[in-house]
Amino acid sequence: MNWLLLLEQILNGFQLGLLLFLLAAGLTLVFGIMDMVNLAHGSLYMMGAYFCATFTGWTGSFLIGALLTLPAVFLLGVVVEVVALRTLYARDHLDQVMATFGLILFFNEATRLIWGPIGLVIPLPEFLNQTVEIIPGAPYPAFRLAIILVGFLIAGLLYVIVSRTKLGMLIRAGASNRDMIGALGINIRLLFTLVFGLGAALAGRAGLMAGPILSVEIGMGESILILTLVVIVIGGIGSIKGAFIAAILIGLIDTVGRSFLPEILDLVLPSQTAATAAPAISSMMIYLLMALVLAIKPQGLFPPKGVGR
Amino acid sequence: MLEVNAIDSFYGQSQVLFNMSLAVKDGEVVTLMGRNGMGKTTTIRSIMGLTPARHGSIRFRNKEITSHSPYRIARLGIGLVPEGRLISPNLSVEENLVATANAGPSGAGRWDLDAIWAMFPRLRERKSSMGNQISGGEQQMLAIARALMTNPELLLLDEATEGLAPLIRQEIWGCLRNLKEEGQSILVIDKNIQALTEIADRHYIIEKGSVVWEGTSRMLLKDQMVKRQYLGV
Repeated sequence: MNWLLLLEQILNGFQLGLLLFLLAAGLTLVFGIMDMVNLAHGSLYMMGAYFCATFTGWTGSFLIGALLTLPAVFLLGVVVEVVALRTLYARDHLDQVMATFGLILFFNEATRLIWGPIGLVIPLPEFLNQTVEIIPGAPYPAFRLAIILVGFLIAGLLYVIVSRTKLGMLIRAGASNRDMIGALGINIRLLFTLVFGLGAALAGRAGLMAGPILSVEIGMGESILILTLVVIVIGGIGSIKGAFIAAILIGLIDTVGRSFLPEILDLVLPSQTAATAAPAISSMMIYLLMALVLAIKPQGLFPPKGVGR
Repeated sequence: MLEVNAIDSFYGQSQVLFNMSLAVKDGEVVTLMGRNGMGKTTTIRSIMGLTPARHGSIRFRNKEITSHSPYRIARLGIGLVPEGRLISPNLSVEENLVATANAGPSGAGRWDLDAIWAMFPRLRERKSSMGNQISGGEQQMLAIARALMTNPELLLLDEATEGLAPLIRQEIWGCLRNLKEEGQSILVIDKNIQALTEIADRHYIIEKGSVVWEGTSRMLLKDQMVKRQYLGV
């Protein structure tokens, strides 16, 4: 086995996992607290990438572009919540799915009108556009390393907000008991709007970090939305901790599995069979994991306390 | 302080309150009694804005609050201790108190964590326990303490001692007695006539969504007919 490749793939796994976590955190909060299925979360991810590409083009600096993107996606999230989603909380999940699917189409078309059908490129500054030797002989792209660091940083920040601050207490209390905190003087509508904006900003953050690696294009939010849904189902809907652990798990299994499954299968199967089966199995692996988790723990790995009781 | 004037309230199509009226004056402890399903909880929910009244008016401190949303009513100075307590299971005891705390309408309320710990030493001992790990009696104390932490001018208690052990009940009544001595206005629902007549100034008995009897504790204790007919005692 190639240890350097393994190390690189593990880092790639963390990087994908942390991107997924940024998306999953917002989605799981919105789902857990507001009982709202928001398929358009991937669109906010896409908007993050497009905003960042545009702002970077205007200012000539990726860092400033990235900084401007956060409040912009936050505001966009607030507008979407106030204009569209607020009316959907009381409706059933099917209505929410249809309406937010409509939002996906809206965002894709709007993006086509504004930015054109061809994707954009986010140019990276010099210091991020190089490789770093994590250990001697193992170069790794600096930007991917930065994604990992920033991802952990945001995860830590989110943990502190949710577990230590009054906002976090209200988010958790809101998940278990919406009406009651309203009757104790909390403006739930405002709280929901804030939480949604926060979730949007996190999704935008993920989008702007994925932009330079993948490509900034229409529909980029849809494929990652599926993975994100898998993450929150495995983690337990409404649980930030669950989302974090499941996101890392999915990132690692998907990335490491794809590169090492052929070798592993080669040990037990004839090489011809292994070569054809490996790609199929590796792309199924995370769904197999989801099925397994759901069979053993139908509420996910970390169901938030007080839910389903 | 609180005037409920001829309200009608509905759950969907079915009307629960008919021309319901009651009043609580400054510093008064008033009770709402009656059998199950007569509209006691609905009255509380209508005052709080959770089940808004369709007709009639509710005024608090001379402000019309009939169609206000619950959080605005709460901020005007009404603290709710709901039926079933509704403690957040995923928050610790201390977090349950702090999450929704505020200094009250005057901005200078007397309730903070220290005052709560002094009144409920048991809660202090359990302050790091999660809301679902404490006993029913402790949950009820926590629900009262949580409402006090919003520094309300009027406390609404829906089922003050239901389902609690006798010793815990004593403790809850003792705490309400202390609150009354401090001048706290309270509207309380409970079935324990003995304890209620000792603490409260006035009583309303409600039957099928309207008030059928009102009077002082002495009048209630004397009136055997009322007790038999409406309270099943």
